[in-house]
Amino acid sequence: MFMTKTILKNLLTKYATRLYPFQKRETFAHSRGELKIDMEKCILCGVCQMRCPSQCIKVDKQAKTWEVDPFSCVYCGVCVEACPVKCLYQEKLYRAAVAEKDMVMHVQQPKETAEPAAT
Amino acid sequence: MAKTVLPFGPQHPVLPEPLHLTLTIEDEIVKEAIPKLGYVHRGLEKLAEIRDHNQMIYIVERVCGICSCLHALCYCQGIESLMGLEVPSRAKYLRTIWSEMHRIHSHLLWLGLFADAFGFESLFMQFWRIRERVMDLQEETAGNRVILSVNQVGGVRRDISAESAQWILDTLKTVEKETLQLKSTILDDYTVKLRTVGKGVLTKEKAYELGAAGPTLRASGIAQDMRQTGYAAYSELDFAPVVETDGDCYARTTVRFNEIFQAIDLIRQAFSKLPEGELAVKPKGLPTGEVVSRVEQPRGECLYYIRGAGKKFLERVRIRTPTFANIPPLLDMLPGCDLADVPVLILTIDPCISCTER
Amino acid sequence: MIDSAVVINEENTAEVRPDEVITLSRELKDEGFRFVTMSSAELEESICVLYHFDKDLELRNLKVDVPKGSKIGSIASVYSCAFLVENEIKEHFGVEFDGIPLDFQGMLYSDEEVQKTPFCNIGIKRV
Repeated sequence: MFMTKTILKNLLTKYATRLYPFQKRETFAHSRGELKIDMEKCILCGVCQMRCPSQCIKVDKQAKTWEVDPFSCVYCGVCVEACPVKCLYQEKLYRAAVAEKDMVMHVQQPKETAEPAAT
Repeated sequence: MAKTVLPFGPQHPVLPEPLHLTLTIEDEIVKEAIPKLGYVHRGLEKLAEIRDHNQMIYIVERVCGICSCLHALCYCQGIESLMGLEVPSRAKYLRTIWSEMHRIHSHLLWLGLFADAFGFESLFMQFWRIRERVMDLQEETAGNRVILSVNQVGGVRRDISAESAQWILDTLKTVEKETLQLKSTILDDYTVKLRTVGKGVLTKEKAYELGAAGPTLRASGIAQDMRQTGYAAYSELDFAPVVETDGDCYARTTVRFNEIFQAIDLIRQAFSKLPEGELAVKPKGLPTGEVVSRVEQPRGECLYYIRGAGKKFLERVRIRTPTFANIPPLLDMLPGCDLADVPVLILTIDPCISCTER
Repeated sequence: MIDSAVVINEENTAEVRPDEVITLSRELKDEGFRFVTMSSAELEESICVLYHFDKDLELRNLKVDVPKGSKIGSIASVYSCAFLVENEIKEHFGVEFDGIPLDFQGMLYSDEEVQKTPFCNIGIKRV
């Protein structure tokens, strides 16, 4: 008896759920999602690697690479705040599910070749 | 009548978490219960040896999915008192707001599971639909839905803007209204009462002696709530612990149900008094000494023992979670009850085995 | 206002000998203290075991240094709820407790094949 009102209301209102994947929820402005890097700005200092609680970031100064294991990333955003040049950022959405594990690697293009071209 | 030994769990339809009990039953009446833990033991305390004290914040948050923010708060509070940091008052208020949001969503989750344990699946959906609104609040303000990662040593990492605050207050109005509509369904229903009233009684004396915590303790008539110590901004807010005297399953449900409204009220108070100012102070030095830090989680009192030796890495982090304290009272409640009531009874202490085993 | 983060000092913590624990905890119980939990940490030569009690939210501790590999009396006869945490410390640090009513034999969390105590560098759980 207590539920009658709720049941009637539920019949007359729209669905509480969405028809995902056809209808997707709008994300919030400050959601923490997939970790991305702007490799141009990166100075390969390795602060992100040191601060990461799940130790999913690897920075190699010699090879000029920045590597992240997206499967161990916990979306805490510590690296984003710690980055001295603010080259790391988080997307609003989580990374989509994939069938196989892989690492995301970025290689920095040598700056020497880029700079003379501009001048 | 011969005794029968019945293994209960770790896989059981009503238990979301792996708790195993060996029940000795006689004529469908439980005579003895022996617990077996260890299905989700991860050794997170040991990680303190290889992760520095700032990284540990994000590790202790993952001890429990539901009360993550409060684990981090408790840990940060301990480190701050070891370093002698004074947290800015805006940060204290924001911590309070997030803690209370956690309490609302945890209690709504529990009420849903509780309804599901009786077979009230529709009611389960109703509670979880309301909970979704609180999860949205958390995502908007903190960035993540459950594991907020907003605490840091010395303060908080995120701010709540004035527009967000208004939106939170509006949403809470809806949450309050919708929860109130379900009150009669869960608290006045004939079937629910039949299965909860007078079942699994924990007397006041037993609850105190066996060290029960949180709603389990308060449902037995003891007004003990760690928030009374006035950590974060609770000393400046006006509240009294929600207490029931019967100590049965029904009383524990009522306490949790009423705590939702208490939490909504506390968030409103906190927003009305929210001061302007800094979000965090910069920590100086390294944690040295021993500290015992306690906060009130949705499930009860949580205790952290932290031992630092003036190094980046802590010597020891020991976590005592509310469910760990509530297992001895549960073992006291079980003998004498019907086998059919066991799932509901276990659920009323709001067991979180991931918390218990760490 | 009571502090919720209590730094351990002489005021709230009494350093006691291993054989005094049971009598002192009984005294605390008679005074109306509630058993909260026990903590432990590895020191160089011994294991530091802390007993936490509280009354009206105020915390009181007993600190015991147990030499590695030695025994200590269980306080489960005073506070019956202590059996769970004593089993945990036994499993993690190898401290033997005399007279735990429900003894898991160091298998509260881990399985039989775990031979060493995980939180203590030299402890051996089972021979």
